[in-house]
Amino acid sequence: MNTVIEASGLGKRYGRRWALAGCTLAVPAGRVTGLVGPNGAGKSTLLQLAAGLLEPDSGGIRVLGEPPARTPAQLGRVGFLAQDAPVYAGLSVAGHLRMGAWLNHGWDTEFAKRRISDLGLNLRQRAGSLSGGQRAQLALTLATAKRPELLLLDEPVASLDPLARREFLRDLMETVAEQQVSVVLSSHLIADIERVCDYLIVLTASRLRLAGETEALLATHHRLSGPRRDPRTLPASWEVIEESHAGKQSTLLVRTSEPVLDPAWTVRPVSLEDLVLAYMSQPGDAARADLAGLEIAS
Amino acid sequence: MIRFAWTRFRTQAAVGAGVLAIAAIVLLVTGIQLAHAYDAAAAACKQHGNCAGLFNAFLTQGYFTAGKLLGAAGLAVPGLIGMFWRAPLVARELETGTFRLAWTQGVTRTRWLAAKLAIAGAAAIAAGELFTLMVNWWSSPIHKANAGYTAFTSGSFQSGVAPVGYAAFAFALGVTAGLLIRRTLPAMAVTLAIFTAVIIAFPIWVRPHLIPPVRTTSALSLASVAVTGGTSDGHLILTTNTATVLPGAWVISTQVTTPDGRAASSEPAGPCATSSASAQACNDYIGSLHFQQTVTYQPASRYWAFQWVETAIYLALALILAGLCFLRIRPGRSAEPGIPPPPRHRPGPRARKVPVTSFQPSRTRLAGQARRRPKWLPACRGTWS
Repeated sequence: MNTVIEASGLGKRYGRRWALAGCTLAVPAGRVTGLVGPNGAGKSTLLQLAAGLLEPDSGGIRVLGEPPARTPAQLGRVGFLAQDAPVYAGLSVAGHLRMGAWLNHGWDTEFAKRRISDLGLNLRQRAGSLSGGQRAQLALTLATAKRPELLLLDEPVASLDPLARREFLRDLMETVAEQQVSVVLSSHLIADIERVCDYLIVLTASRLRLAGETEALLATHHRLSGPRRDPRTLPASWEVIEESHAGKQSTLLVRTSEPVLDPAWTVRPVSLEDLVLAYMSQPGDAARADLAGLEIAS
Repeated sequence: MIRFAWTRFRTQAAVGAGVLAIAAIVLLVTGIQLAHAYDAAAAACKQHGNCAGLFNAFLTQGYFTAGKLLGAAGLAVPGLIGMFWRAPLVARELETGTFRLAWTQGVTRTRWLAAKLAIAGAAAIAAGELFTLMVNWWSSPIHKANAGYTAFTSGSFQSGVAPVGYAAFAFALGVTAGLLIRRTLPAMAVTLAIFTAVIIAFPIWVRPHLIPPVRTTSALSLASVAVTGGTSDGHLILTTNTATVLPGAWVISTQVTTPDGRAASSEPAGPCATSSASAQACNDYIGSLHFQQTVTYQPASRYWAFQWVETAIYLALALILAGLCFLRIRPGRSAEPGIPPPPRHRPGPRARKVPVTSFQPSRTRLAGQARRRPKWLPACRGTWS
């Protein structure tokens, strides 16, 4: 499997706070990857590290096989849409397109012009007077018209209303289908991710919690309910993600690649939202306990 | 990138050019008046003599003060350019977040900065030099009328090549402040403050040590004694003006002593004590005392040496600052100008102690280190071994 982003032990610190710590992952090529997590989980940090806007404080990252932002060639292969879609307020839409053409080797003038006219943007309008949605569209045009192999989108729809968000994502998907690019897209809205992404990465509290193909993740997670049990008696191949116990009843969210055969359990599928929320809402959870355990052991 | 840097700079350039044009018009109009006034005084001097008096009258028409103010403005211009043009150059991009757009185009940051520096640096230096030339043209009649005038003084140079150095330094300072402070207004304030401090401090602390001054002791020339008089207790006061004996030199200090080494002010004033005494009697008296004059000075012939050395020092400072900017901006350094998000989440990578509840399946497993990492879950440092 080809990868577009490879990170090993990647960490980034702001002062004493680690915005991202010890992150090792490989993002596959040819996918639309959703990066989810609560605010402040490190999504923006990860994307900015991948775009070369930030430098790691630990570990390393390679994007399309190269360290990010070192050469014009590498920069030309990666499109980046920053959070809040920054544009030059005093520069017209046409001015932005000129900038793209001057600064990017593979710039597709035709595509950019067509996209701007499809969106109904006035070429002479100053970018500062565009609406939030139009600005995001302009920034996406800049990021896609350079014909990148990888598109990094940091909260592209956060500032948009639901309708504009839907249109933006539809538009993005059309562009992706047309250009055959890999996309990594961050959002704290799982519904958006569910609509467009086929690969999922969950970050919480500066750490990577989960990464995998959406379908495979859904197929291997189950919501079980049944009589209360001591967890130590559960099959060793089960990974308990979430558990709640009420009276004699236990409800578990389990990860297992094997079918659940025990008739005592009622098995229901999980939605992507349930799955992500379960991983996100594990404060004193497995991974953290692991770390505590390791620290005691060492 | 040059083209784009230029489009980003156009508005500022237009504003700067406008200000410069207004200054040029004002200077041209008043400068022509000034030149006429000087010509009239010079013509009168040719016809009637009494040149000193006529030129003095010309100078006291207010031009002299205006000229001094303009000279100071000539020094301030590089600082102001540094402040209004350079500090926002990078700071505004960092402040508004557009650097995230600029730095993810197909041009490396190093080239981005180089283009910005090239365009804006050339403009800043040209504007500063242009203003200096205009001011020098404007004040040339004043310099001609003022016999004691020399461009070689203890202050920063207001003409020649050194202003180019000042402009380059102010410009690099503005960019550096913008890059380090990341916010436009504070960067502007810091640029102006540091530039002013340097332009004032340099002539005081650095320039006197660049080339050792010449020190000569000779008999006091009466031609250089400008004012004489006496103190209330009858001691002699001498004010010397060495511009007449050392034209164009930068005189650092003069000391008048008696042949046996006492200060001239320790001598009785004699006929110079009263203003009613004739100048001739006073001069004769001073001549009879055989004063020695010790002058510490930089000869006029060193004017250009000082200009070039000073220019070189300021240019070197500018280059060092520009180098710092490149080091700072270069990818691969951990000191990047990324703006950290506001801290919303407290937990760092260090795990807090987790209270052990009755159901902690993963924890019990972990105690024995038996749990293997599931394939689907990527390894995180320190989490799984």
